[in-house]
Amino acid sequence: MNWADLNLMPALPELFMSGAILVILMLDAFISDAKRGMHYGLALLTLAVCALLQVQTYPVVPVHTFSGMFVSDALSSLVKLAMYGSTAIVLVYSRQYIADRGLLRGEFFSLALFALLGMNFMVSASSFVSLYMGLELLSLSLYSLIALQRDSVKATESAMKYFVLGALASGLLLYGISMIYGATGTLDLALVAKAIKAHTANDMLLVFGLVFIVAGLCFKLGAVPFHMWVPDVYQGSATAVTLMVGAAPKLAAFVFVLRILVQGLEAMVADWQAMLALVAVLSMAIGNITAIAQTNIKRMLAYSTISHMGFLLLGLLAGTPDGYAAALFYALIYVLMSMVSFGILLGLSRAGFECETLDDLKGLNSRNSWYALLMLLTMFSMAGVPPLAGFYAKFAVIKAIADIHLYWLAVVSVMMSLIGAFYYLRVVKNIYFDEAQDTSAIVMRADMKLVLSLNAIALLVLGVVPERVIVLCMQAMKQSLAAI
Amino acid sequence: MSMTTVIFYILSAILLFAAVRVVTAKNPVHAVLYLVLAFFTSSGHWLLLQSEFLAITLVLVYVGAVMVLFLFVVMMLDINIEQLREGFWRNFPVAVTVGLIMAFEMVLILTNPHTGLADYKAGAALAADASNVKVLGRQLYTTYLLPFELAAVVLLVAMVAAIGLTQRSRKDTKVVDAGDQVKVRSQDRVRIVKMQAEKNVEAADTAESGEQQA
Repeated sequence: MNWADLNLMPALPELFMSGAILVILMLDAFISDAKRGMHYGLALLTLAVCALLQVQTYPVVPVHTFSGMFVSDALSSLVKLAMYGSTAIVLVYSRQYIADRGLLRGEFFSLALFALLGMNFMVSASSFVSLYMGLELLSLSLYSLIALQRDSVKATESAMKYFVLGALASGLLLYGISMIYGATGTLDLALVAKAIKAHTANDMLLVFGLVFIVAGLCFKLGAVPFHMWVPDVYQGSATAVTLMVGAAPKLAAFVFVLRILVQGLEAMVADWQAMLALVAVLSMAIGNITAIAQTNIKRMLAYSTISHMGFLLLGLLAGTPDGYAAALFYALIYVLMSMVSFGILLGLSRAGFECETLDDLKGLNSRNSWYALLMLLTMFSMAGVPPLAGFYAKFAVIKAIADIHLYWLAVVSVMMSLIGAFYYLRVVKNIYFDEAQDTSAIVMRADMKLVLSLNAIALLVLGVVPERVIVLCMQAMKQSLAAI
Repeated sequence: MSMTTVIFYILSAILLFAAVRVVTAKNPVHAVLYLVLAFFTSSGHWLLLQSEFLAITLVLVYVGAVMVLFLFVVMMLDINIEQLREGFWRNFPVAVTVGLIMAFEMVLILTNPHTGLADYKAGAALAADASNVKVLGRQLYTTYLLPFELAAVVLLVAMVAAIGLTQRSRKDTKVVDAGDQVKVRSQDRVRIVKMQAEKNVEAADTAESGEQQA
């Protein structure tokens, strides 16, 4: 490769973001504490410009650059746009919360953007090396975001747990990757796929590598039996950081899994299908059943996340383009839903008070009926009640499973979704039918109120007319997977 | 026996001696110094394998930075040597047994023809002007440019996180800032509250009852 051949255009949004992060870091050293709000504005501006550049460079065919380690295709562009949007929304929701808790510092915004940069490289990677580097960039930023709340023992503990378990999972993943490398002699995903198809690789070694990779990936997704970190991290972190861990990274992790399993190891579909089916059933069962016993709403939502990851895997393990598109749609809708639910918790919290138990939501309707309605929409959507988006997302993945005649799996997932409906409806019951214990007024910034309302209404709109988004997902999958 | 083989055995002997001394040295400072010797000697091994870049990096990074830092920490800490060495002789027999079993297993595997050690011959001698610094550098800055730059960003994140997590002004500190003291104005210290000269009777009553309740 010569310097003259280096095409930087496909990575333009990432390059701009890196530059903008450095500017924010530098400004942090010079501006006074009173003007810390400036970071917030700059971070949102950066995201807006990145989104604009992303739309401008939206590729017609996949473009590879950096010696084939970076790919810009419809899948990565679509997911990146969603991640810019979700990060911006998370920042809007967190603004007041972090200011009340002394977290409104330059590091919060620069680490959040670093995490996003890592996610961008994860979804755009076409080689195991760049996939892994992106993952590490994301993980390291998330660990330190959690630990940023230094005076909280719980936050420090959860950062430590996340760090130790995350390092272990990265180790498993690397071990698996090294075996695949040993068997195929290449780290490039397309070449790995070619080598496996040509049967030049040692099958035994490949299967061993696959097991380690699936274990590492399940950890990153937070699927059973590698889910232990999820509830502790969700509960221990400041709610704003929980949202940051739970929203966009799930999208990135999904594409990460897709790139490795579908683009790299597609020829071994029979092997990973069985593993993922087991993981999906366990995730749906343990996630939904354990969530019933929770009194802390952040912990409950953590278990709900685990069950949602199970549903997401259903679409993935179908092994068909329709299934992948359904899983991508599920991931997008899941991110939208988790943002509203945590957004409401962030809005109900104020200086010196954390809204985190189910009792804190009691009588929300009498305090503010609009927020109560938004929460109702989200909970119904999570439970999968039509005509909300959550219903359509569940419908699409279950249909993908039924299409490949795995009827038992479809039946199990419907049953699990019924069990899950119980604890979502309990939240609704608390909001509408219980007496409020806390009657203080709910104060939200105007921008947050607006974004939160739009975010929840999007769930309704996407539930009624999901075609446009699902067509986008289909096109992205078709274009990105056509290369194999 | 060629010159290279002689040097290899001399280096290996020094390396083994240093490694054993790291574990057995009574004084932790001596242990660290022996570890420096071990690193330095193994960099000699890298040189014999014609990997001069790795050899230099080992000395620069491990000996120059990591071990000096280590030495610094060891000297700063008040380590009770007696306490550390407690149980050394008690655990010694088990340690020797485990070590011998491991050595036996390695011999068993490495001497087995199925292991195929013959496939891993020593690399052919490089040309006199071959430079692996050049080759590594070219690879890092062309083919592996993206991961290399990403690694740089990861290090930057580590730095930001380390500063963000450790730099703080302690709440209980009693240090006074002379600049703040000079800049202080009377308005900052004394608050003038406007009050009515006379209170009306009802207000005074409620104030009184309030006080009694309190």
